[in-house]
Amino acid sequence: MAQYRKIARDGLWDNNIVFGQMLALCPLLAVTGTATNGLGMGLATTAVLVASGLAVSLLRGAITPEIRIPAFVLIIACIVTVVDMALNAWVHDLHKVLGLFIPLIVTNCAILGRAEAFASKQAPLASAFDGLMMGLGFTLALTVLGGLREVLGSGTLFANASVLLGARFGFLETVVIPDYQGFLLLILPPGGFIVLGFLLALKSLADSRRRAASAAETARAARSFTAVGVLPRPEEGETS
Amino acid sequence: MTDTAPDPSRLSALKTSPLAPGLLLALFSLGTALILALSDDLTRDAIATRATEDLYASLAQVMPPASYDNDPTTSLRQMLDGEEMIPVYVGAEGADVSALAFALTGYGYGGAIRVLIGLDAQGTLLGVRVLAHAETPGLGDKIETAKSDWVKGFAGKSLQSPAPDGWKVRKDGGQFDQFSGATITPRAVVATVHRGLTLFKANRAALLAPLDAEERG
Repeated sequence: MAQYRKIARDGLWDNNIVFGQMLALCPLLAVTGTATNGLGMGLATTAVLVASGLAVSLLRGAITPEIRIPAFVLIIACIVTVVDMALNAWVHDLHKVLGLFIPLIVTNCAILGRAEAFASKQAPLASAFDGLMMGLGFTLALTVLGGLREVLGSGTLFANASVLLGARFGFLETVVIPDYQGFLLLILPPGGFIVLGFLLALKSLADSRRRAASAAETARAARSFTAVGVLPRPEEGETS
Repeated sequence: MTDTAPDPSRLSALKTSPLAPGLLLALFSLGTALILALSDDLTRDAIATRATEDLYASLAQVMPPASYDNDPTTSLRQMLDGEEMIPVYVGAEGADVSALAFALTGYGYGGAIRVLIGLDAQGTLLGVRVLAHAETPGLGDKIETAKSDWVKGFAGKSLQSPAPDGWKVRKDGGQFDQFSGATITPRAVVATVHRGLTLFKANRAALLAPLDAEERG
């Protein structure tokens, strides 16, 4: 159980594909002009991450170290192509929205990264779970980045969400700033870099706050243990 | 049984031979190719059906189905666009051509823009739709009907109305609105539609020739 908790924590926050590993920035900048596009790309990538994690883990016994990279690329490209064809054939309306993003998934180095760093060494279930958590963390990053760029760049949030998620999710479409003239810089790729920079700074700030808080907690606990004589008193002149 | 079982020492020799990774990779490629071929086989018909449905849906938007009684996707004619022959979908009532549609490519800010143009026999625009483009989201994508009604403004226009110098965006002294922040995209669409009307005028006689039974399909 502890292992799964760590996988979830790694995928969603500590080792998040975008905010932690700084991978997959190419599809990130291309699609995060709106929150809806970010969400769509995130969900499609999650599906591929789960499937590739499972496939790589199942085949890890057969893949020798010399051929692992081409073998992983083959597996991932195969999954992406099959997903693309299946969506086009049977969920055509969704394919019209996501179709643009699906071939882009192959260029996502994070998927190869997870295959190499995790799935090639771990059991199938853990690998699929790692794919799910990494994918959800990626979806979170894409949606937040897309939402920020959309609000600041076009004054809307989740525009066209009903095309992606169905008419029931039409309520998500909001106009945040009416009669907004738009801020082109944020919609274009440089805006993606700028907003990403601010988000990375925020995460780093939150992490350092948390580290400081937990360090203070440890220090306080150490002091109280010292007071009751559980821990030895620090020597004179020694700093903690 | 023992004589057919592989000799363990020879198997391990095979595993360490320099050929082994190559063979294994070849096996992997073969497996992947098989899976892809199988999925392609399973999905090909469905994908072709969807593509035809899409074509019907787009055609219905630029040439009202009430104006013809044939199947324009089978009644095809050709027209020379520059150096390329492009297909023209012909709608007819009986043998008389009543509506035409064809797709042209224009170049906007983000590359190629595919524009589907529908005309009646007099050369008046019935409708214009953008089939595919890579314009800037939030600015240039107002040429899509999902984002804006701008492209519907072409209906009813022809080479005579507006006059030739009116076939430009307002910024260039013409009749058509540009979008705030995006002039190149609407300029490209207006120029492409105008090119379509000119092409129709040049090929008018061949395109409007009465439909024979074979062409009606």
